[in-house]
Amino acid sequence: MKNDSTSKFIDRSFECILLICVAVSVLTSASVIALLGKESISFFTEVSLSDFLFGTRWEPLLEPKRFGVLPLVAGTLFIVFGSVLIALPAGLLVAVYLSEYSPKRLREVLKPIIEVLAGVPTVVYGFFALSFVTPTLKAVFPTTEIFNALSGAVVVGIMILPMISSLCDDAFKAIPNSLREGGYAVGATKYEMVTRILIPASGVRIGAALILAVSRAIGETMAVTLAAGATPKLFVNPLESIQTMTAYIVQVSLGDTPAGGIEYQTCFAVGTLLFLMTLTLNIFGAKLMKRMPVGLSS
Amino acid sequence: MTSNQPIIETQNLSIWYGEKKAVNSVSMKLFKNRVSAIIGPSGCGKSTVLRMLNRMNDFIEVLRHEGKILINGQDIYNKKLDPVDLRRKVGMVFQRPNPFPKSIYKNIIWGPKVNGLKYEPDFLVEDSLKKAALWDEVKDRLHSSALALSGGQQQRLCIARTIAMNPEVILMDEPCSALDPRATSKIEELITTLRDEYTIAIVTHNMQQASRISDVTHFFYEGELIETGLTESLFTKPTEKRTEDYITGRFG
Amino acid sequence: MTRQRKQKLFHGLCFFMTTLTVVILAVLLTHVVMEGIEWISFEFLDRFPSRKPHKAGIKSALFGTLWVISLTAFFAVPIGVATAVYLQEYAPKNRIMEWVRINIANLAGMPSIIYGLLGLAIFVRFFGFERSILSGSLTLALLIVPIIIIASEGALKSVPNSLREAAYAMGARKWQVVIFQVLPSALPGIMTGIILAISRSVGETAPLIITGALGYVAFTPESISDPYTVLPVQIYNWAARPQVEFHGLAAAGIVVLLTVLLSMNLLAVIIRNKSQKTRTS
Repeated sequence: MKNDSTSKFIDRSFECILLICVAVSVLTSASVIALLGKESISFFTEVSLSDFLFGTRWEPLLEPKRFGVLPLVAGTLFIVFGSVLIALPAGLLVAVYLSEYSPKRLREVLKPIIEVLAGVPTVVYGFFALSFVTPTLKAVFPTTEIFNALSGAVVVGIMILPMISSLCDDAFKAIPNSLREGGYAVGATKYEMVTRILIPASGVRIGAALILAVSRAIGETMAVTLAAGATPKLFVNPLESIQTMTAYIVQVSLGDTPAGGIEYQTCFAVGTLLFLMTLTLNIFGAKLMKRMPVGLSS
Repeated sequence: MTSNQPIIETQNLSIWYGEKKAVNSVSMKLFKNRVSAIIGPSGCGKSTVLRMLNRMNDFIEVLRHEGKILINGQDIYNKKLDPVDLRRKVGMVFQRPNPFPKSIYKNIIWGPKVNGLKYEPDFLVEDSLKKAALWDEVKDRLHSSALALSGGQQQRLCIARTIAMNPEVILMDEPCSALDPRATSKIEELITTLRDEYTIAIVTHNMQQASRISDVTHFFYEGELIETGLTESLFTKPTEKRTEDYITGRFG
Repeated sequence: MTRQRKQKLFHGLCFFMTTLTVVILAVLLTHVVMEGIEWISFEFLDRFPSRKPHKAGIKSALFGTLWVISLTAFFAVPIGVATAVYLQEYAPKNRIMEWVRINIANLAGMPSIIYGLLGLAIFVRFFGFERSILSGSLTLALLIVPIIIIASEGALKSVPNSLREAAYAMGARKWQVVIFQVLPSALPGIMTGIILAISRSVGETAPLIITGALGYVAFTPESISDPYTVLPVQIYNWAARPQVEFHGLAAAGIVVLLTVLLSMNLLAVIIRNKSQKTRTS
């Protein structure tokens, strides 16, 4: 058969082409690590690691320059805690409603609607924070500044809520019905079944959802850049302006910083910290997510 | 019964799934233009052996084998042999009908097409469908989806598709297990007419089926080939106790 | 409180929270539309940005977005789908491949701003593509490749093995099985994933700001090496200004952006429904 050698040749080349495409992803990760590593090393030859990690003032664009990253970390952590405080209980209750209470047809309508929230671009949340949430906060707390941490936390909370509710919903679905029936058989109400059986049994995966949501909140950029301002502060007042790690990188990018300068490198130093935090959380979260629910592991 | 030379022969074939031995030292011969039935309780290794014969087990990574399989005297697991060449000669029909999600027409010509064979499509489609006793039922809708056919029709289409490659051997892995009795009897009828042109090996858990359509029967039990014989004599006067127990329904 | 009342209260709370979530979405959308409605007009779509809010429009951003998503898709779709095909159909089960998978999952979870830094260092500076459509598109392509891979892998996984077996049994080679049988069967799922990944890139702002999308562009791009802006960057630029009029423009821009996203998602839903219909019939 004449065509056969062609066919065999295509067979081999096809696999090679595919493998080259796989290499793109591997190369992407490698470049991220190489790039962040390289720029961080040149940054840390000029600024000591302990000044960076433990310094309490972040003033890299002023003279004298100070490179203490803690104020940016504090800003980021406030956004993380604030948003999780809103999104975790809310997301959990939504997930309970969807998986345990809602009629099937209602659920089929509600799920995509809630997923829309996850698809709204973050710049839109930033605008919403600035033009709706902040004025609302101001009506309650008159001292609220135009840029304030609380408004940022609220919109990031709204953003990560769908992620938490959908991951928890998946976790509840993985719990076999027999466990629920076991609860009802001993006379538990639905409330008791949910709080004493369902939530404890899915505990690990709820934890994983929480971790992944935290990672998302840490990396969130545009909403907090627009809503929370550009004032690095170690001690956060929720009603005042702050700056997160991500917002700082955007701030520098909007200015015209020359490549290779120390301001340019600060972006990569902050980026490295951001990368390490999210990577750790993502790996940990993914590991937890794979675990079987408590008591069902074989 | 034409020839004494086996077309397919396994020599001391043993198969492992990981650590678990599934088939133990099977030596079996399949002869030209005969229908050979392979019977036995489920999990006895009969399907595994069948799937070795056209190297469909290549895709199961944990599977490992020892022993030889010869087709026309040639070792099919020889490194130089291309499994694709083998599958052109040894076709297969599966447990569940699995037509391609394409038209009936395209289902038939797909094999010859990807293999670069020379063929006249209209003639090939008509001829294959006629041989598979499906032509009259589908001749007016050759270009509609094969998935719209009934289960039995789909399975006959799978047979037609295999015939279109003009193979020497057709392997059938419990081809009727997903079908109702009427569709089953149509396929059985078809198999008996195909014996003149092809060599057929059929795995089945249905003993009546084996006795109705096959010339030779091989009885497998717990990974071993227990007994081989002409179908008539194996079902009436089995020599092995385990065969007798199985065909009289004492287990399985 | 009796147990029954506790149960009722809890049920109510869950229902309330779910409703609240939906209400928040409704408030968000209405707020944006209310703020933006008076600014939306055909002229708004057809004008370039301006210092005077009443003369400003979104034409350059709309064109920029079209350029960027087309080029992003051009790079990301083949690479993403091919990687998924390799992982699902070819990859041996070994530690290297396990590691590659973990690596891809982590890329999918990496903050978009890190992709921005990567694009800045590699495409803008190292390759010298400057602040061009090309730099932005390549950056976004890297960002959505993992998303496309994960979605496509799911679609390929759902193709029944019996189809692959049928094709092999007909003497097909692996590339023929994959290209002529497996990929067509997985296509609706892959398409849905691609559309969702592209709609993600439509809304991305931070990586493009970092790789140099501009806030003020008074022309439509003519080639991939031109400077550009995109919808979300334009929206950011307007929203970040103190004047209230510009917030109106930002809202109008958001309405345009959300319309684009909504139509893409609708397309994904249509494709999914259509494929479900053909599969069951």
